Amino acid sequence: MILTERERAQRKLLGLLGRGVLFAVTSVAALAVLAIIFFIARDAWPFFQQHGAGAFFLSKAWYPAHATPQFGAAAIIAGSLLVTATAVVLAVPPGIFAALCLSDVLPFGVRQVVKPVIEVLAAIPSVAYGFFALVVLAPLLQDKGGRLLAAAWCVLAVPVLSLAAVVAGDLLTPERLKGLAYRLVRGLLTALFLTAGGAVGVWGWRALTALQVPSGVNALNASVILGVMALPTIISVSEDALQAAGRELREGSYALGATRAETLFKVVVPASVSGMFSAVLLGVMRALGETMVVWMASGNAAQIPKPWFNLLQPVRTLTATIAGDMGEADQMTGSAHYHVLFAMGLSLLVFSFACNLAGERIVARQRKRLRGG
Amino acid sequence: MMVMVAGALAGARTVCAQDKLALDGSTTVGPIAKAFAEYTMRQNQNVNITVSESGSGNGAKALLNGTCDIANLSRDLKESERQAMEQKGVKPVAHVVAYDGLPVIVHPSNRVKGLTLEQVRDIYTGKVTNWKQVGGADLPIVVISRDTNSGTFETFKELVLGKEAKICEGTEYTGSNGGVRQRVQMTKGAIGFAGLGFVDRSVKALEINGVAPSAETVVAKSYPISRELFMFTKGEPAPDGLVAAFIGLSRSEKGREIIEEIGFVPVPEKK
Repeated sequence: MILTERERAQRKLLGLLGRGVLFAVTSVAALAVLAIIFFIARDAWPFFQQHGAGAFFLSKAWYPAHATPQFGAAAIIAGSLLVTATAVVLAVPPGIFAALCLSDVLPFGVRQVVKPVIEVLAAIPSVAYGFFALVVLAPLLQDKGGRLLAAAWCVLAVPVLSLAAVVAGDLLTPERLKGLAYRLVRGLLTALFLTAGGAVGVWGWRALTALQVPSGVNALNASVILGVMALPTIISVSEDALQAAGRELREGSYALGATRAETLFKVVVPASVSGMFSAVLLGVMRALGETMVVWMASGNAAQIPKPWFNLLQPVRTLTATIAGDMGEADQMTGSAHYHVLFAMGLSLLVFSFACNLAGERIVARQRKRLRGG
Repeated sequence: MMVMVAGALAGARTVCAQDKLALDGSTTVGPIAKAFAEYTMRQNQNVNITVSESGSGNGAKALLNGTCDIANLSRDLKESERQAMEQKGVKPVAHVVAYDGLPVIVHPSNRVKGLTLEQVRDIYTGKVTNWKQVGGADLPIVVISRDTNSGTFETFKELVLGKEAKICEGTEYTGSNGGVRQRVQMTKGAIGFAGLGFVDRSVKALEINGVAPSAETVVAKSYPISRELFMFTKGEPAPDGLVAAFIGLSRSEKGREIIEEIGFVPVPEKK
């Protein structure tokens, strides 16, 4: 094909133009993020200037409406972390197992039906979850909280304690005993540990059934709902990661004589662990950034529970504080109350940013290791 | 009454040139002023009314400096404010536009019938933590409050807690009056407060210092957690002027409706 000088110039120009437009579109997204950071930081700065970072991060006295207002955010930051961490602890194990089940255990037809249904869960508006938390879960926790927790304890403790008893019995039996003596001692020890485990189990059951939950809107309520909200993200993204490990890998493993379980846990999971890590990270972000549910379900008390892991006490999170207080915090006069909310937004932003960055690093390292090994 | 107000507004347009009205002051009275302004401007296209909410103290200052025609206050003028106005030759005239009362509510099963104002304060500051300390069952008290930005909270803080008291840190905060009622009706140990219009049979309103909250006791001010809401003008407003018509709205049928809708108690009709 022969092009005249003019045609060539035209094509070059067009190419340049195309690239320019695409570049501009991409930069809009990046610039938007930078602009958000800039504007939040700009409004957060006056607070740190006036009150100092120490008063913000270390003090837990949150009295924004008092005659002499105090803006200590320590209890609120702790509340955010507590609720997020609990939600993640509750959501990650079932999420990962559900993903494994969907991708490698259940028949393909079932997966085709179940996965879209799970993804619909992610589309339910958060205020609907919040309403459920307030109207259904909170009274349930108040009236039957002890028994509910005791049931959860049973589901967790029975398998774990039995397994621990059997393993401990096996490990503690002296190696030098042979034959019948060995089996007898092991049996006795296992029985002993099982009894001890049973006692612990019953003690836990009794303690939990006797538990009175004075208020159903508390850290546990918010965490449970946040966990359920994070589940679809975790399941869907992990399942995609497991699928991405590929058919060749699985068939290669079977060809070497590995069983299905061996293939799953020793080949497929290690190959897709970085993707699953991203899934968990997305779940964390979902829980940390959620506002409506925690505003409705967490009780919004600016306190660190006593003891700190007492999930049955109300807590207040950064997101709920921003949402609840922004309406009336005086913007015109640039009050400290207004700026402290931006300081909270900035903390949230920095925290998510750090989390994401760390996640990227870990994922990248994992990929490199897999490629090398 | 409606006809009278409409007539007064029409008169304002023709008789005097004052078509602009500026209001400033309390965030509690603000919603009433805003609703009145909206209604007035819908009735009369030529009128322009602006309502700012910078707080009662700033409202008084604005009236003194002449930057507003009507100052909204959720309290009476302080002595210092009166003196400052007199020095400047401004004669403040108070107009009560509505009453504000906050019932303290508990779960219907609660044995406690009433509390003193002191006891309510002690519960909210965390000194009293169990119902048995105030004559109820052995049940931990779940303290519920409106969020600190609401006018309802402001009222409660001023009338119950006082300036220096700090609300206890385990207090739950809820974003609406309906939300407080919802939490209280579900929770056995709960105590909360909400506007008079939000209290129904699903919760129990406590007697405070022996007086049960109602529109009558709030207006009579025998119920302790109640107050008058004022609009202050510079001197007595001209009877056929816009200011008089605007404040007169609070005595009209439509005005009463608006006030009740927002959750306050309208001034009773004189018999």
